[in-house]
Amino acid sequence: MIKVSDLSKYYGSVKAVKSINFEINDGEIVGFLGENGAGKSTTLKVITGYLAPTSGNVFVNDLNVLEDEHEIQKQIGYLPELNPLYLDMNVYDYLRFIATVREIKGNKFNKAFSRVVEECGLKGVIHKQIGACSKGFKQRVGLAAAMIHDPKILILDEPVAGLDPNQIVEIRGLIKRLGRKKLVLISSHILQEIQATVSRIIIIHKGEIVADGTSDELISGAEGNTQMTLELMNASEESIKEMKAVVPSVNFGRISEGNGITMVHLEYPTKSDPRKDIFAYAVSKDWIILEMTPAKTNLEDIFRKLTVTEAADA
Amino acid sequence: MHNVKTVFLKELRSFFYSPMAYIFLVVFALVNGYFFTNTFFLYDQSDMRALFNITPLIFLFFIPAISMSLIARERNLGTMEIISTIPLKNHEFVLGKYLAVVSLILIGLLVTLVHFITLMSVGTNIDYGAAFCGYFGLAMVGALYASAGTFASSVTDNQVVSFIIAVFIVLVFWLMDKMLFFVPSGLAGIVQFLSVDYHLTSISRGVIDTRNLIYFGSVIGFFLFLTNQVLEVRKWK
Repeated sequence: MIKVSDLSKYYGSVKAVKSINFEINDGEIVGFLGENGAGKSTTLKVITGYLAPTSGNVFVNDLNVLEDEHEIQKQIGYLPELNPLYLDMNVYDYLRFIATVREIKGNKFNKAFSRVVEECGLKGVIHKQIGACSKGFKQRVGLAAAMIHDPKILILDEPVAGLDPNQIVEIRGLIKRLGRKKLVLISSHILQEIQATVSRIIIIHKGEIVADGTSDELISGAEGNTQMTLELMNASEESIKEMKAVVPSVNFGRISEGNGITMVHLEYPTKSDPRKDIFAYAVSKDWIILEMTPAKTNLEDIFRKLTVTEAADA
Repeated sequence: MHNVKTVFLKELRSFFYSPMAYIFLVVFALVNGYFFTNTFFLYDQSDMRALFNITPLIFLFFIPAISMSLIARERNLGTMEIISTIPLKNHEFVLGKYLAVVSLILIGLLVTLVHFITLMSVGTNIDYGAAFCGYFGLAMVGALYASAGTFASSVTDNQVVSFIIAVFIVLVFWLMDKMLFFVPSGLAGIVQFLSVDYHLTSISRGVIDTRNLIYFGSVIGFFLFLTNQVLEVRKWK
């Protein structure tokens, strides 16, 4: 369990993270989403003990990051942004170095090593120098190092950045498999990258959390209007205008007629869905509804809405 | 100690997996060899004074060169983030790195034993005690310079800057007792005590005094402590 409590982090006078709170339970795969510079990496760095909070605190399985930093680090596997690695070491030596610091030696190391080689698909590069590996393999080496001690918590900072589409699919699959038994926190600035993988999304913008929930919750909770196309038979323009009295929250747009079919474009506040009323009205008027499809609000729109407002204002 | 050993072995391996250690050892041996043999047969004396006089000067530039990458490179590559997020304490990391550089310096000194072997084969009435003390003094100076180099490497992520800072620090320690003329007489004693050369000369004379040991121990400890503090402070910035 990770509990971030009133966490703030300033770099000099720059406020990178402003009093944020969230809690992640075991077994959750959470996407930490925000633009570049929103405060994602800073938050992850505080959770992993790389940076100290300016105020507030982070608790990992009830351990306090300010007092039990090393105990927390034993329970966390962390893949930092840009995946820094010792390029002059070979894959085996690097993983053995990390494992030795984590007190995994001898037979235990052999088992752990075989496990991560299998899980991360490192078989072909075990004795290769890390600097000579492709970007995808480097990413896997970073992941293997984060997983060598089979941690309960995995924190991955932009794990698929810069990978090609096939590699992204592979890493996504790996993360999903891991998420069955671990708490996984993944950050990204690209929604599609993590939308398919995570069960919950936390959106951070300018150091503040602006949304937190499953993708369905975020969509249903979103403010704004939904557009809908209505295709009717046996309806006339006048009778459609009369319908306005039944569904006052709906704004009627263009109405076009042809071949006995009337097309109506309308818009309504997402929170008050008028489809039931429209259906009942159509039945009472003997109209035949051929189509009544609201345009789907997607997470991308919500993410953009939440994170570009100030850019638009500027 | 377990983690110190892990970092030490990793660092030492990385020295010898790259050309760095070999270049250092070969050039160090060549330069020492040139200055030693240049005067050894000329003076016709059974001692190694020529070597013990020139090596501290060679150290002034060679040790900053081999220690400049220790922590600066980790900062530059971003691997400090890996190091700081695994259960490895800063002092274990610093000590492991420092001991690796000291080991490389000791290996460099071992290579110069070839001159001692030359001395044994051609010399007469060799003062083995003086030779031992001379080597001990060089090891101490090397260890002190390495601690300054480790510290310089922790304050920047630029290896060239780290080298320049380290050379500056070791030059100050080296030149202190040569500048006594400019120091107010009240401070002269302190400045002289802080000088590396003062203690090296004392050891080279064949006397290993506890004051010398305390001096080297405390300056080394001071720089390693500072290095540790630099790393601790980073996370609060």
